[in-house]
Amino acid sequence: MNLEEYRGVWVFLEQQDGRIAPVSLELLGAGRKLADKRGVPLSGLLIGDQVRELATVAFQYGADVVYLYDDPIFHYYRTESYMRAVIACVQKHKPEILLYGATSTGKDLASAVATDLETGLTADTTMLDVDQETGLLEASRPAFGGNIMATILCKKHRPQMATVRPKVMKALPPDPNRTGQIVEERIPLREEEIRTKVLKIVRETSRRVRLDEADIIVAGGKGMGSKEGFQLIHRFAEAIGATVGASRDAVEAGWIDHQHQVGQTGVTVTPKIYFAIGISGAIQHLVGMQNSGLIIAINKDPDAPIFQACHYGLVGDAFEIVPLLIEALQAESDKEVQYGGKV
Amino acid sequence: MLHIVACIKQVPDTKVIKMNPKTNTMDRSSAPAILNPYDAHAVEEAVRLKQRYGGTVSVLTMGPPPAVKAIRKCIEIGADEGYMITDRAFAGADTLATSYALTKALEKIAKQKPIDLIICGKMTIDGDTGQVGPGIARRLDIPPLTNVKKVVEINKEKGYAIVHRKLEDGYEVVQSTLPCLFSVEKEINEVPYSPLPNMLRAARYQPVIWSVNDLEDVDRSLLGLKGSPTIVAKVWPPEKPKGGEKLQGSPRVQVNRLMEILAEKKDLFRAKEGRA
Repeated sequence: MNLEEYRGVWVFLEQQDGRIAPVSLELLGAGRKLADKRGVPLSGLLIGDQVRELATVAFQYGADVVYLYDDPIFHYYRTESYMRAVIACVQKHKPEILLYGATSTGKDLASAVATDLETGLTADTTMLDVDQETGLLEASRPAFGGNIMATILCKKHRPQMATVRPKVMKALPPDPNRTGQIVEERIPLREEEIRTKVLKIVRETSRRVRLDEADIIVAGGKGMGSKEGFQLIHRFAEAIGATVGASRDAVEAGWIDHQHQVGQTGVTVTPKIYFAIGISGAIQHLVGMQNSGLIIAINKDPDAPIFQACHYGLVGDAFEIVPLLIEALQAESDKEVQYGGKV
Repeated sequence: MLHIVACIKQVPDTKVIKMNPKTNTMDRSSAPAILNPYDAHAVEEAVRLKQRYGGTVSVLTMGPPPAVKAIRKCIEIGADEGYMITDRAFAGADTLATSYALTKALEKIAKQKPIDLIICGKMTIDGDTGQVGPGIARRLDIPPLTNVKKVVEINKEKGYAIVHRKLEDGYEVVQSTLPCLFSVEKEINEVPYSPLPNMLRAARYQPVIWSVNDLEDVDRSLLGLKGSPTIVAKVWPPEKPKGGEKLQGSPRVQVNRLMEILAEKKDLFRAKEGRA
């Protein structure tokens, strides 16, 4: 493999319902930095059915070029069809780096593409850098349940690929005057060649827990003691209009559903305020919430690691402190309502 | 009659693993080796499908000799047969080299008894990648179905499977041809306590063990460290947060102090209340 032939940084642009996924915009921001450092173009790879206009968005967020596969066969994401497009495009245009969001779609696609191209793929990356001279992508990620960070390199294969966690990289502010070049691509692909069919898509927006978009999260851990004890977390969250989060221990104990789990094997969150209640602060939890605006920990063990990771810590029994806190916050919000009445 | 193969891995329990603070390395002896929790659900689903449609459940692992214990755990859950590939040649494999070695073993198993379905856990708790399952599917050229949270139907006669795949905001109902590969979510089932006869069988169970020489058409340059395009260049402990202010006093005093702090940062709450 002649590594010199490979040039440029690419981002797979995941799209749904006429929108580019937020993580793809974040990756355009991260990819822009890598491309500038290398002095190469940043390109988006856009695959879908009637998605051409999304290229404009990609340009505004930093892409120089968009490779476009626009065909009804790409109406639904399917591994086999999307994979064929990505592979064809990579083989034709030879990027040195290809990034995907670490979403269910991004991970599925990247795993398949890496196998066929026999190249390296780093999963769930949280830090990206590139060596200016060698062009080696330095993809770092938490490993072993977040106990260590590891930097992964792919020295002899191209493209260097990584899936990147949502909410870790920063999107650039969109520039409405920024434009770029659309390169239209096509592959001969017939429906009969695709061995899977999407029969139906069921969106569960009402039931969905939007932890990643919550402004305030109240999260409970093992210290809540039982499913009944965990109810206090729900009460507190409800009282202040927060979303409920949980540590892995609380989820594994069956006190709450996995979709509430914050951390390495759960969701990464960046709320304005994060309450960690009865959560000891295992590293695998911290990696999922440490970028929150204000972290408040309540724990009866004064030596719990969570106190090293919070802005303010309350030492004591959650069952004593939280009811007092609910009371105080409610009294405060009643006052607000009164003031609000005058305005 | 279905032949289902579950691919499983023995992993250190990362929840209890301890770090050596001096060397920043993992003290592996501190963590018990367990069956990867996601894989237990894969095996359980295979056993349930066998109960529903009839057939055989095999499990396959790659690992050092003590990984036999993880296979025995699968026998407890209800698997019929266990296969293990173990060889120094496999050591140091990343996900690409791992999927290659497992594929070679699957090809050998399939020669003895054709495979209808392969089931993997969503990911392992030590690697956390979820890349090996789809990798195997690509190498065998069968459709990979990741994030499976429910199996609706397997129809061997007509050659298709229908499953629910979990998405960020719901799920999709997908039909695939057979054979295919599922990697399954934890929520797909609950693994019950094993029945006593299974436990008795598991205690004495010896899996089929193959070395690299027992596999056919193996390109050794694709195995282990040599066959791995990715290398770990550096490991370091995650940045230690600096730590914040521990409030002092009785619960009520602490809560009052926190209220003062929150009052200073009122704008944090305001956005939320404005929306609600």
